[in-house]
Amino acid sequence: MKILEMLQEDARQTYTTIGKRLGIAHSTVYDRIKRMENYGIIKKYTALIDAEKAGAKSITAIMTIITDPKESEKVAEKLCKIPQVTEVYTSLSEELQIIAKVTAESQESLHEFIATTVAPLQGVLRIRTSIVTKKFKETQPLITNDPKKLTPTENQNRR
Amino acid sequence: MKNETEVKALKTVPREKAFYFFTSIGNYTGESASSLKEFMEKINEVNVKSLEFHLYRGDFEKWAIEVLEDKKLADEISKLRGLNYYGYALKEQLYNVVARHYKELVSSI
Repeated sequence: MKILEMLQEDARQTYTTIGKRLGIAHSTVYDRIKRMENYGIIKKYTALIDAEKAGAKSITAIMTIITDPKESEKVAEKLCKIPQVTEVYTSLSEELQIIAKVTAESQESLHEFIATTVAPLQGVLRIRTSIVTKKFKETQPLITNDPKKLTPTENQNRR
Repeated sequence: MKNETEVKALKTVPREKAFYFFTSIGNYTGESASSLKEFMEKINEVNVKSLEFHLYRGDFEKWAIEVLEDKKLADEISKLRGLNYYGYALKEQLYNVVARHYKELVSSI
């Protein structure tokens, strides 16, 4: 878990640095990281981009899509295939909802996208969209399981 | 004899070409229209805020031209836009414009 925390803090740290900070050998760090990669606990290493500083003019919006319960899985699967949609979740409150995060170049292109691509999907009943005006925090949740205790069986159950 | 343009304007379009009523950016009401007749009926059903939102963005004219291929309807809606109606008055006037146009099309074929 400590290794994961450190990787989430900075995935470019060397095995030696991590080992020194945790008081373990770099080879142990290597073994554990490889093990977590093999188990799919570490899915990939990526860069967290500040789009604004990178010069990308884009807006982010959260769509809450009320769906026909019979069609919600299909709607969610279709949303997952759309590049502008970056996150998709289902949620059950009073009605079955899909919550999806979407990026667009402007409010106009966001509306165009929702009107021509999302609203026409079979099973979409209503859509509420909130445009993000300011981001205060964006991090990955920390993993609390101890990967040392994982077994192949547990790994299969996770899939 | 049937006018091809008029016939096109009365067609039912596939769901991806339908008109979807929103009340603001990204907020879809759940109402849509796949034909001019359905569009006319929905005018009386949807929240007037949706009509205001689309009229003053030019969405109705765009749909009339690009999907229904009905420039005359687009021109009539454009004229209405210039009169700056809001609320119930807008709903009534828009319905009258579309209903009159629809009747003309139906009677001509």
